[in-house]
Amino acid sequence: MTTVAAKPATMAQALQRAMRDAMAEDPSVHVLGEDVGALGGVFRITDGLAKEFGEDRCTDTPLAEAGILGTAVGMAMYGLRPVVEMQFDAFAYPAFEQLISHVARMRNRTRGSMAMPLVVRVPYGGGIGGVEHHSDSSEAYYMATPGLQVVTPATVEDAYGLLRAAIASDDPVVFLEPKRLYWSKSSWSPQAPTEVPPIGKAVVRRPGRSATLITYGPSVPVCLEAAEAATAEGWDLEVVDLRSLVPFDDETVCASVRRTGRAVVVHESTGFGGPGGEIAARVTERCFHHLEAPVLRVAGFDIPYPPPMLEKHHLPGVDRVLDAVARLQWEAGS
Amino acid sequence: MTVQELPGAGAAAYRPTPPPAWRPRTDPAPLLPDPEPYRVLGTDAPLDRDLMLRLYAELIRGRRYNAQATALTKQGRLAVYPSSTGQEACEVAAALVLQDQDWLFPSYRDTLAAVARGLDPVQALTLLRGDWHTGYDPHEHRIAPLCTPLATQLPHAVGLAHAARLKGDDVVALAMVGDGGTSEGDFHEALNFAAVWQAPVVFLVQNNGFAISVPLAKQTAAPSLAHKAVGYGMPGRLVDGNDAAAVHEVLADAVARARRGGGPTLIEAVTYRIEAHTNADDATRYRVDAEVEAWRAHDPIRILEAELTSRGFLDDDAKRAAAEAAETMAAELRERMNADAELDPMDLFAHVYAERTAQLREQEAQLRAELAAHEDEEAEGNR
Ligand SMILES: Cc1ncc(C[n+]2csc(CCOP(=O)(O)OP(=O)(O)O)c2C)c(N)n1
Repeated sequence: MTTVAAKPATMAQALQRAMRDAMAEDPSVHVLGEDVGALGGVFRITDGLAKEFGEDRCTDTPLAEAGILGTAVGMAMYGLRPVVEMQFDAFAYPAFEQLISHVARMRNRTRGSMAMPLVVRVPYGGGIGGVEHHSDSSEAYYMATPGLQVVTPATVEDAYGLLRAAIASDDPVVFLEPKRLYWSKSSWSPQAPTEVPPIGKAVVRRPGRSATLITYGPSVPVCLEAAEAATAEGWDLEVVDLRSLVPFDDETVCASVRRTGRAVVVHESTGFGGPGGEIAARVTERCFHHLEAPVLRVAGFDIPYPPPMLEKHHLPGVDRVLDAVARLQWEAGS
Repeated sequence: MTVQELPGAGAAAYRPTPPPAWRPRTDPAPLLPDPEPYRVLGTDAPLDRDLMLRLYAELIRGRRYNAQATALTKQGRLAVYPSSTGQEACEVAAALVLQDQDWLFPSYRDTLAAVARGLDPVQALTLLRGDWHTGYDPHEHRIAPLCTPLATQLPHAVGLAHAARLKGDDVVALAMVGDGGTSEGDFHEALNFAAVWQAPVVFLVQNNGFAISVPLAKQTAAPSLAHKAVGYGMPGRLVDGNDAAAVHEVLADAVARARRGGGPTLIEAVTYRIEAHTNADDATRYRVDAEVEAWRAHDPIRILEAELTSRGFLDDDAKRAAAEAAETMAAELRERMNADAELDPMDLFAHVYAERTAQLREQEAQLRAELAAHEDEEAEGNR
């Protein structure tokens, strides 16, 4: 348990605070990336870190994602705990070689003798009107790579807690930051202690009896809103925020689905080959006899992320979630 | 450990053949850039009057375009605009050195180069307005899509130039990248391929001092970016990027060399980004006004105008004509950009594959139904 004295007002500030506290506690924590120094990152998540800890601890690198992550691997080999910032989702792709070929499997390659305690922070997802290459949801690629942990906060509190947990983890973490929630505010009491949740624990954001919405990151607020709206139709929806895609919390998810008997997976990345397929399959395998209807998916369309003027048609919103909920009144043979 | 058996030969019989002695193909000395950026304006070099007046008119138009596009971001008509104010000489020269059949590979900052090559000013802004990713058919003016991921267009330029040469076509590719982009792996790989294949490519680096907030000193320890050429075996040239005549001459030489089969060239144009990285950036966090002011004094338009005036190439009439043409372009741009973009949500599914897949047809039907339901609701609401 770590206690935070002052209230972080936004998710951006909570993330910044998490790095700052981790750096203050542990001199081996280093932040590196493009524009993370004087500018504080394009989203200002690393604001002030270079000033407070010096440029050796918070370093503006040359502009080369493979180089950033590759050097972070070497730093981790030598006992540091690098926290790498990728500027935008689609600009992490040059670093995939390092991520997949080395970061993810170093422990395995070395029969456990070399760990990769590093964090790759990736602002991801759409809804902010970003031009091409600024709105991808890449979680399925990361999830498909054994050796990586993949987490994504949906609340200000979790942004702080999960990033602390990620930095403390002895295994690599891809930390996906839902950029449209960067400026979301917390209703969190400043006096409340901040919990550092273990990686791999989902949480029930809203209890309910008639169906479970399984979701994460930017889609959590959408699902909460849909759950409120659904009460008008007599639906009492439970909302499970996964927080961690890898490891996956089968226990919390299945306990919920066994209670409600119905489930919809909601995310904005593409549906085909997307995270929802894996989640639906797991739920079906484990809860088949409890299910009153097939597990449904509400996802982004199977298209390259559209230009900003069309993204509202692509992103799954409350209406699409409610439509899926209506389809849960499924009758065999229909 | 077992030694891998080679087909047809026992492991014992295997003898590696010694590699042929490696010799440098070229003497590195002629590849090295001059340490001082090449300049034409302010010297007594002869100038081609017609070319200079064309450059001048395009610079004026380009500056006006940048100002208008920046104004459009303030009115919310553009999502974002990375201005090239101060860098117009590079933009314009890059467009004017190319022949029709040649190809331009611009980055997101190089809208002006595309416009100077003949692209419709509105189409050039589609990416930044956000109605589609690329607002034009690349084949029409032989301009690749404005490229957002850094340096990734450079290998494309090499491949295209190589393909054209394999087909026996007289085509040169000119690829543009920023100083920050030279740190990416793709930059190195593109230069290496180009040199090994002797591809007809020209690489133009606009060194405008910063990659968002990171100054060149944190980007490279090389004596200059042009020096990087030598390691790949191609010539590097350093040019004053605010001297339109010099940029044009150096680019024209490199294009001619590529056309003759002489292979690639790397050109570093030393210039400066007068505005912030984009309208979303806060430049006060990483640079001081005095630096910007010093560069304003070395403005590409000012120095060309002074030179052309003193040589008697440019009179008030010509100046007025250039300003008026620029104003007309700006007014038209403003008017066309103030009209709402015409969008068809169904376009989301139209261009993912040559043929829509069954899944995409399903999703298209879903969206169509949603939109129809939405319209019905609105009609109800209005009643
Ligand atoms: C692969 C990749 N990484 C990061 C970015 C984000 N980004 C956009 S522009 C920019 C700075 C580029 O600087 P430079 O290459 O010098 O070009 P300039 O913008 O100065 O013209 C960065 C880091 C990107 N577009 N692509």
